[in-house]
Amino acid sequence: MIPRGDFLRAPAGVEPCDGQAGDCSRCGRIFSERFPLLERRVNGRPLVYLDSAATTQKPGAVIAAEARYYREHNANVHRGMHTLGVEATDLYEECRSRVGRFLGVPADRVVVTRGATSALNLVAGGLGPSLKPGDEIIVTEMEHHANLVPWIEVARREGLVLRHLPVTAGGELDLERLPQLLTARTRVVALTHVSNVLGTINPVAEVAAAARRRGALVVVDAAQSVGHLPFTFDELGADYLVFSAHKAYGPMGLGFLVGGAEALERLQPVEFGGEMIETVTMDSATWAAIPQRFEAGTPNVGAAAAFPAALDTIDEATLQRLRQHEISLTAYALERLERMGGLTIFGPREAERRGGLVSFHDPMVHPHDMAQLLDSLGIAVRAGHHCAQPLHRRLGVVATSRASFGMYNSHDDIDALVDGIGYARSVFGA
Amino acid sequence: MNAGMDELYREVILDHHRSPRGREPLPGPADARAEGKNPSCGDELTLELACAGGAITDAHVECRGCAIATASSSILAELVAGRTPEQARALAEAFRTAMHSPDGALADELDPGDLEVLTGVRKFPARVKCALLPWITLLSALDAEGEGKPAAPASTEA
Repeated sequence: MIPRGDFLRAPAGVEPCDGQAGDCSRCGRIFSERFPLLERRVNGRPLVYLDSAATTQKPGAVIAAEARYYREHNANVHRGMHTLGVEATDLYEECRSRVGRFLGVPADRVVVTRGATSALNLVAGGLGPSLKPGDEIIVTEMEHHANLVPWIEVARREGLVLRHLPVTAGGELDLERLPQLLTARTRVVALTHVSNVLGTINPVAEVAAAARRRGALVVVDAAQSVGHLPFTFDELGADYLVFSAHKAYGPMGLGFLVGGAEALERLQPVEFGGEMIETVTMDSATWAAIPQRFEAGTPNVGAAAAFPAALDTIDEATLQRLRQHEISLTAYALERLERMGGLTIFGPREAERRGGLVSFHDPMVHPHDMAQLLDSLGIAVRAGHHCAQPLHRRLGVVATSRASFGMYNSHDDIDALVDGIGYARSVFGA
Repeated sequence: MNAGMDELYREVILDHHRSPRGREPLPGPADARAEGKNPSCGDELTLELACAGGAITDAHVECRGCAIATASSSILAELVAGRTPEQARALAEAFRTAMHSPDGALADELDPGDLEVLTGVRKFPARVKCALLPWITLLSALDAEGEGKPAAPASTEA
């Protein structure tokens, strides 16, 4: 039924790649040999991992650092007077400083969270009490649910008005609508840096400048951009930036809120308990200084001990080179998917205006069936609404398939994807 | 096919997906109607039933879903016509049980038709909800029909 040989040959006009890491200009995998998981086989085939927008794979150095923490240093932070407690605290605080250096902010403006979602919940919930009924929040139509649902909830609680910045047919923010949406009552503008579905890189600095002129605070979901695009916190002009370590080659269960000093002062804590207090009586408590004020309970110290190794790997490769690599892969994916015919490809056409991902829809093969059939070939892609249901409604589809790239991917992986889509189509008689 | 894919995408299932039954609108107004959705993937389904003389005479399904959900909808449309609501309910319950049991067996006296083939999907846990979506929607429609009020939307996550 499947002419498998056809799918595994290089397409006409494409030189087969020798698969060597390093200087092969066509495949140009970066440090792929450092990612142990990429050696495994899935369903009898070498793994082709194209789901880095969901989570990146981890370099061996990150895995080793987390294991080393539990083998050698494990203790609770900020309380033990013993040697291990001091070591654990040092590792935890070193992670905070390292993240600060990576984004160009002092360590005391870096709040450690469980992930980007909990950081966004902290911003939305922490701003809520200072907002008044009728105050307005602007969110975009391309937000991940993590940067939408907390605002829906805080709007419901505080009687706020949610306004939506729409997405154009070309998959970009409709900035012409922004001046009408920004009013004297606008208090917050929340937007993603890079769309996890469209790939669109939003002009955050431009939106932030317009919002600030109106006195609104700007919240940026940088989950898809930290570790992939070169930028500093100040360049974005935002008040709050959140991201997850695990999408930047780091461990799961760790994220960050980075903010301006005044912006962080405006936040009420949303979680209460140990570690976030200054003095507690039976009836009252005062808060610790920022950032500890927002870090109730025992944090994920093991993940924090490991994340600097991920940032070291990124810095060793350099963000400029990682960015060029993702542009090259995205351009090639856009070109090859376009050439297949019959696929709807979402988002801007120019790879330079996108992060390293491409979402597509094949009217002949539902995304679930696509992902399942690709998986049978060892190719991992994401299928579904990618936690962005309103955007999918806007795009007129229930679900899409998404291929997303990391430093370890190559043009070969995209060839495998295109062959796999051909195979999926053949199963459905297309 | 590849790495177990022939167990999931059996020829019978692909045939139902290519030419789904029950796509034509009902000749008259629906006697029972329900909507179903799978929040984890966004798939949506609308089911309408026509009843006469104590039996379901016709089913109309609109499914915006994957091949498994579409094939399951088609098999449902084929199987419920001619059954009483109680028989249809028993079939839906038996299918749900089969999809969560190791052998996936469906009793012959239920006259399960192509549903027997669909039980092979239970070996792919991520797809069980796709196969069940039309059937939980059927249960919701039948509940509403019995109580004479509009159906609550069915959800695979409820």
